[in-house]
Amino acid sequence: MFKKISLTAITLAFSATSSLAATNITWWHGMAGRNGEVINEISQKFNEAQSACALTPVSKGTYEEALASGIAAFRSGEQPNILQVFDAGAATIINAKGAVVPAEDLIIKAGHSFDRNAFIDGVRYFYADSEGKFVGMPFNSSAPIMYINDEALKKAGVEAPKTWEEFEAAAPKLKAAGYIPLVQSQLTWQFTENFFSRNNIQFATNNNGYDSVADTKLKVTDPNLVMMFDKLKAWKDEGYFAFYGAGWNDNQKVFEEGKAAFWIGSSGSFGGLQKTAQMPFSATFLPYWNAIEGAGTNSFIGGAALFAMSGKSDEENKCVADFFQFLTSPEIQYFYHKATGYVAITKAAYELAQKDGYYKEKPVAEVGIKQLMLPAGDWSKGYRLGFYPQIREIMEREYGRIFSGETTVKDAFDTIEKEGNDLLARFAKTAG
Amino acid sequence: MTSGTELLPAPRGGTGTDGRRFGALRLFGGKAKGSEEAAKRVQFSSPYLPYLFLAPQLAIIFVFFYWPSIQAIQSSFYLEDPFGFGSTFVGMTNYTDVLKSGEYLGIARFTAIFTTLVTFFALSIGLLLAVKADGVIRGNATYKTLLIWVYAIAPPVAGLIGMMFFDQHIGPIVELARWFGWDIKVGLNYFDTAFSMIVVSVWKQIPYNFIFFLSGLQGIPVAVREAAAMDCRSGFRRFWTVILPLLAPTAFFLLIINVTYALFDTFGVIDVMVKDKAANNPITLVYKVYMDGFRGNDLGGSSAQSVILMLIVFVLTIFQFRFIERRVHYN
Repeated sequence: MFKKISLTAITLAFSATSSLAATNITWWHGMAGRNGEVINEISQKFNEAQSACALTPVSKGTYEEALASGIAAFRSGEQPNILQVFDAGAATIINAKGAVVPAEDLIIKAGHSFDRNAFIDGVRYFYADSEGKFVGMPFNSSAPIMYINDEALKKAGVEAPKTWEEFEAAAPKLKAAGYIPLVQSQLTWQFTENFFSRNNIQFATNNNGYDSVADTKLKVTDPNLVMMFDKLKAWKDEGYFAFYGAGWNDNQKVFEEGKAAFWIGSSGSFGGLQKTAQMPFSATFLPYWNAIEGAGTNSFIGGAALFAMSGKSDEENKCVADFFQFLTSPEIQYFYHKATGYVAITKAAYELAQKDGYYKEKPVAEVGIKQLMLPAGDWSKGYRLGFYPQIREIMEREYGRIFSGETTVKDAFDTIEKEGNDLLARFAKTAG
Repeated sequence: MTSGTELLPAPRGGTGTDGRRFGALRLFGGKAKGSEEAAKRVQFSSPYLPYLFLAPQLAIIFVFFYWPSIQAIQSSFYLEDPFGFGSTFVGMTNYTDVLKSGEYLGIARFTAIFTTLVTFFALSIGLLLAVKADGVIRGNATYKTLLIWVYAIAPPVAGLIGMMFFDQHIGPIVELARWFGWDIKVGLNYFDTAFSMIVVSVWKQIPYNFIFFLSGLQGIPVAVREAAAMDCRSGFRRFWTVILPLLAPTAFFLLIINVTYALFDTFGVIDVMVKDKAANNPITLVYKVYMDGFRGNDLGGSSAQSVILMLIVFVLTIFQFRFIERRVHYN
């Protein structure tokens, strides 16, 4: 792999120097391994496709590290042209007025046309402002979906559930067949943020935080959310659900080994799972509660978006706009979709993949995008909450305590709401 | 010795025992000792020259220690948006917010327990191994190498190895504990995670202590040991009354190093063992600074926390030098 990376680096370096007149732009990202290589490949494709701009991608470690280095660089005036920021960090960068040039403005100023409707529904709002203007350019998008151990279902004689009610009915049979009925990998993203979107319930005041930072408050003591976790706790006690801590892989591993029947993972896990799963598997949407009125709406994207940092020359901004155009072209989106397992973000790319017969060959790859394209509800667009990475940490802590029996579900959500609101109030002060 | 280095005179023979510790102080305190030494001291031709020689060192200390500290103190009084657009002076709010938080106090309590246990076990096991290895005659080089090599492992790698030993699914220590009816769940159970963190941190630090204790033991003159052996038959008592007091300077030095290690250098071990997700697992104060500052982008809050840490270290250092070092005999 090292050889591959250094080869790409060398070719990139050469393609950058070969066109002397080219404008150099940089792209800092938080992807490693195969996903990082794909970023290098895309950059190379961009540099080969035109000669006016030369793009250099730089890996800054994890998502959090990329954001932290981007911030540090911005403060000393050394920011890159493009910074990749993950979902939970979106509020941090979007609320810092003047740190970024909205992607939509940038693209229009460069003379390209921009059509918001070209993007699939679940993608459109998360990185946009309250009027729907794209601030960040969605890049790697994923949805929480349910992976299914086909063998387990056959052995227990059950169907894959669409709702949690159906799951409850199937769980005893799966347990009797010797399987752990359910595991999941991220309670915050899958059972909190996307619980609100899938069941169409309000997450926070001020339109989930989109309208203003001032006086935004969490609504996590919502009785439906409390019910969801009461159920999870009860399922755990009955052996229908197993929890291996906040680490993603500790939970995924059980499914890979064929010990669990269902695993809530990411649509982006598909690529890796193809190599590691020791049994045939399929996938379906993240279940919702039939009992909740209006439930069954789409989920919003996870993953990250690209932000054009401010303080750059028009020439460089033009290059960034050109790159964004290039990135959203159906061919590149389809390439990225296939290479990584992240969903295609435009309708045109989705159609191209369909036409190419990709989903006939790999039906699992279509589940995430279909879930994002389900009808939207009032509360399924996402959230915009400051200091959200820390709020997630509070949730992770309290959720861990619920399952180790240190606290009750009710107390846990009271704590999350209180500490979370304190953080939101602090954030409002920094942004004000 | 006629060079400028004589500025800090080295102890000479039996008279300069204090000098090993407080060589610099003798510049002031040594006057009373008569003119013999003063005559040997070389004066600089210009009074500014010594400062010039010191300048590079001072510059490094200033740039890498004082400047960041001053910045931390400054930003601990502000609430700042991460990108640096607006910052509001909030006085002591960041401090009161932190100190009022039950969560923070819980982490502080864990840090205290963690530091005490890691220091105690790393020192005592290191000492035990050193005493035993010192007594080995045949193949002692092999023993020593086997005990020392662990020190060459970087903390994150030690964390990784430790994590594998304690892995929920494949960890051999977990399998072993299951034999005794203990189901270790690292990352899930607070106590189990704390236990494994302490074990890995201690394991990582033992070789360091071992090296110093061993060289300390070998520095004890054979004559003293023989004299002690003639006076007292109990090896255990000889150790307590003769060997251990002679090891005190080494032990004191190691105490400071180990406390700092447990407070700060265990960061890598903790980061790897909680797998980037602290959740309800135990963490130390340094890790909390990292979580709030680097991951949460709350600069004011994490600065306040690091100032609190600085104060803790400051108080600890004073305490150690004033109260513990008094009991240490240097010769």
